[in-house]
Amino acid sequence: MSVAERTLIGAPVDRLEGREKVTGAAKYAYEYEAANVVHVVGVAATVPSGRVVRVDAESALKLPGVVAVLWHATAPRLAGDTDPELAIMQSDRVSYRGQWIAAVAAETYAAASAAGRALRIDYEEAEHDSVLTADHPALYTPETVNPGFPSETSQGDVDAALAQADVVVDETYRTPTEHNNAMEPHATLAVWDGDDTLTVYDSNQGVRPVRQALASAFSLDPENVRVISPHVGGGFGSKGTPRPNVILAAMAAKVVGRPAKVAVTRQQMFSVTGYRTPTIQRVRLGATRDGRLTAIAHDVVEQTSMLKEFAEQTAVVTRMLYAAPNRRTSHKLARLNVPTPSWMRAPGECPGAYALESAMDELARALDIDPIELRIRNEPELDPESGNRFSTRNLVGCLREGAERFGWKEPPSRDGRWLVGTGVAASTYPARRQPSQAIARADADGSFTIGIAAADIGTGARTVIAQIAADTLEVELERVHVELGDSRLPPAMIAGGSMGTSSWGAAVVKACRGLRPRLGGELPVEVFADTEEDAGGVEREPVSSHGFGAQFVEVGVDSDTGEVRVSRVLGVFACGRIMNAKTARSQFIGGITMGLGMALLEETLLDGRFGAFVNHDLAGYHVAVNADVPAIEVHWLDEFDEHVNPMGAKGIGEIGIVGTAAAVANAIHDATGIRVRELPITPAKLASLI
Amino acid sequence: MREFAYERASGVSAAVAAAEQGATFLGGGTNLVDLMKLGVAKPERLVDVSRLPADIEELPDGGLRIGAAVRNNDLAADPRVRLTYPALSHALLAGASGQLRNLATTGGNLLQRTRCHYFMVSTLPCNKRAPGSGCPAREGIHDNHAILGWSEACVATHPSDMSVALAALDATVVTHARRIPLVDLHRLPGSEPERDTILEPGELIVAVELPPAHGRSTYRKVRDRASFAFALVSVAAVLRVEDGAVADVAVALGGVAHKPWRASRLESELRGGPATRASYEAAADAELAEARPLRDNAYKVEIAKRAIATVLEELS
Repeated sequence: MSVAERTLIGAPVDRLEGREKVTGAAKYAYEYEAANVVHVVGVAATVPSGRVVRVDAESALKLPGVVAVLWHATAPRLAGDTDPELAIMQSDRVSYRGQWIAAVAAETYAAASAAGRALRIDYEEAEHDSVLTADHPALYTPETVNPGFPSETSQGDVDAALAQADVVVDETYRTPTEHNNAMEPHATLAVWDGDDTLTVYDSNQGVRPVRQALASAFSLDPENVRVISPHVGGGFGSKGTPRPNVILAAMAAKVVGRPAKVAVTRQQMFSVTGYRTPTIQRVRLGATRDGRLTAIAHDVVEQTSMLKEFAEQTAVVTRMLYAAPNRRTSHKLARLNVPTPSWMRAPGECPGAYALESAMDELARALDIDPIELRIRNEPELDPESGNRFSTRNLVGCLREGAERFGWKEPPSRDGRWLVGTGVAASTYPARRQPSQAIARADADGSFTIGIAAADIGTGARTVIAQIAADTLEVELERVHVELGDSRLPPAMIAGGSMGTSSWGAAVVKACRGLRPRLGGELPVEVFADTEEDAGGVEREPVSSHGFGAQFVEVGVDSDTGEVRVSRVLGVFACGRIMNAKTARSQFIGGITMGLGMALLEETLLDGRFGAFVNHDLAGYHVAVNADVPAIEVHWLDEFDEHVNPMGAKGIGEIGIVGTAAAVANAIHDATGIRVRELPITPAKLASLI
Repeated sequence: MREFAYERASGVSAAVAAAEQGATFLGGGTNLVDLMKLGVAKPERLVDVSRLPADIEELPDGGLRIGAAVRNNDLAADPRVRLTYPALSHALLAGASGQLRNLATTGGNLLQRTRCHYFMVSTLPCNKRAPGSGCPAREGIHDNHAILGWSEACVATHPSDMSVALAALDATVVTHARRIPLVDLHRLPGSEPERDTILEPGELIVAVELPPAHGRSTYRKVRDRASFAFALVSVAAVLRVEDGAVADVAVALGGVAHKPWRASRLESELRGGPATRASYEAAADAELAEARPLRDNAYKVEIAKRAIATVLEELS
């Protein structure tokens, strides 16, 4: 039978661990205790480039409570192939300001922190360059962009098509450095048992990559490394890869011979846990008078660090969103003395769609065609890049449903001081899955246990896995227990790339289907499943699978001050089958909320003279607060996409943010006639133009 | 760890005695404790004055005396303040968050330090934090810095909302030793940006006094984020209009200078003149004529002018 015939999937089931969380009983990484623990603080470089010549460990060791001081001359050697971000204190080189170049272990956190601050470090400073520019001399074309797409694509003759187009939009859009600010900062507790067995309690989006990183850095048998992470307070991508806190905790514990805890501070999150690269994006659209795109070009400039290449796939969204016979995309990177960028909710799609969907709005204005109609006219039959058919593609449905529900389109108006306008943008995000394994067990007491090394980072993954299992087994939800967040469980995809539920669910369905015929026999009985060989869904023909959506936004702009307040947001999404109406709605709303922050508030400020991010806490780095966020209305279209997984579901964790910033920017333009092409859109940028 | 001594003052004289021996006054701690964590403030001894008497009393002349330890939320919610000095209530409620306002005191709010990024990053230069080290903000990141009264040494602004309202309301600061008009409490940075106020070492603010209200008042805060953000520009205004003419006016600006900026030029232009948007705009132009915006904050001049005119129009 198809999972779709059952009814628990899709129901607005409360989070299974909700009570534990609101009563404070749910334990997060830093709350785990170990006897005789030492507290470890990473010490940040205060120069943006150069060498660490000497660290005055002797003086620090005399401070009360200090147990050990580590730096490159004293830190244990890690395996030579350790990821450069994780290879802390392995060389004297300083690649960016804020890089952990030493560490202090002490009896208390306060003692470690104070000693870390007092630690005397002598540097040999070198020239540095931290500022990205559109024509930076160091720009180069990376071989691929995250997670493995080609950097450049080209079809047809873009230049000729632009030269012949009736209307051309040629604009440059900029997005700033943005940082993930999950409620729970990264933290790790590491406990060694002898020299070859390690247990860590860690805050991450996947226990397996953490286990792998530790095993290879310390040359351990992966079977002897256990990572435990049952509850995680958000990640948005910043916990999708192991961060230096994981290595530091294990390293310090090894050196000191005691369990060691590392808490990354909010300030340190701005240096060592990744961020979204700033982008400079030139978008060129050519169109006929009746609004058919003849050319699309999207050329991106962004940055990475001296340590490691991370190339955000910013223009990838432009490869598949609209039809046009002539198309070109490119990415160029500069290596700078900056922290290494990494994943932040919808890497690629999010900044890329801001530029593309702003440009589409500009084109609609230039052609005097409704922006929804313009998008409908350029809806492709097949994936424009690959020529594959889409598994399901309901962008037009989302736009039409949203237009109906939102009341598209009221003309801009004035309400006292407030200039009121509305905007729309399209969203898309790939629907993929990765091989995962799961175990399903039936016990004699009538209960069932699902084991899978999945991660619940606050999304409701645990609950959704239980729903999937209960439906597949045709039993009540209460009889299903889910174990996740432990590397001893069957390996599974991380909570990333909107692939978690899709990947885990496929393995859970397979295990439960295997278990059902055996329920009549002796209990307990256990069935193991692996989707390695069937990953990719229904393999009839190659298809392109993506979720789609549309965000509609109404803003008021204060005509005195340029203050923008969002008064209405509505999103409609087509993302396959929705697994849990309650937690899914929260995911969409959360993505949109983060998009409002991106549009109007979020910006990490770099002082290029020092190579320093100068705002690095929640007072200085503005994320949207409740007062910035109106009631957000979310709807979805009924869809079942059999190509991605047996549940018919596509990922929903990221698509909410994708088009939101463009929808806000388009609404501001509608209200004021002003187009700000550099996020965030603040009073500083708007006031003098109104 | 960096140790410090803590004591709770039993009374004003005990607090002053402790301060004379080097202790730093601690109010609600909502700013000082943060600065201690950041390594920006390094007091060796704290004397907690947040438990000193915290009353709001009516004065014989019809004014109000606010104890220095009155918490921001208590002050904002006081019916006499809400009715008679709405600018003060609005300003308080526009500041910080509910949780912070529950802790923050009246005296402490006056003595907040700037939120200039460079001041709070202890590994970067800052003349206010480390005199003589330089001011990176002047040529650096200064979107939300001063446009009035800054010096080569410092372009920081005073972050308090409450102080701006008090400046427009002609408040007086009462210390254990003297009375200071609020507009004279804070200073311009000059060559000593490390000194925010004219208070002598060990001088304790014990109360703030408000004269009887002499017009309608309000407070307008312009900011990026709708809550929990410091002002880009704020305007506190008191206005009394008689027969279409400005009988009395007081305007103070926040977010534009190292101190709450009392707009005296604007006031003298307006007094006795017509109570119209055009005259408000002209007076705002006159006040802002002396503005010297930095590379990236000229927008504040425009916002200030428009916000002043709109606020006065609303009070007309």
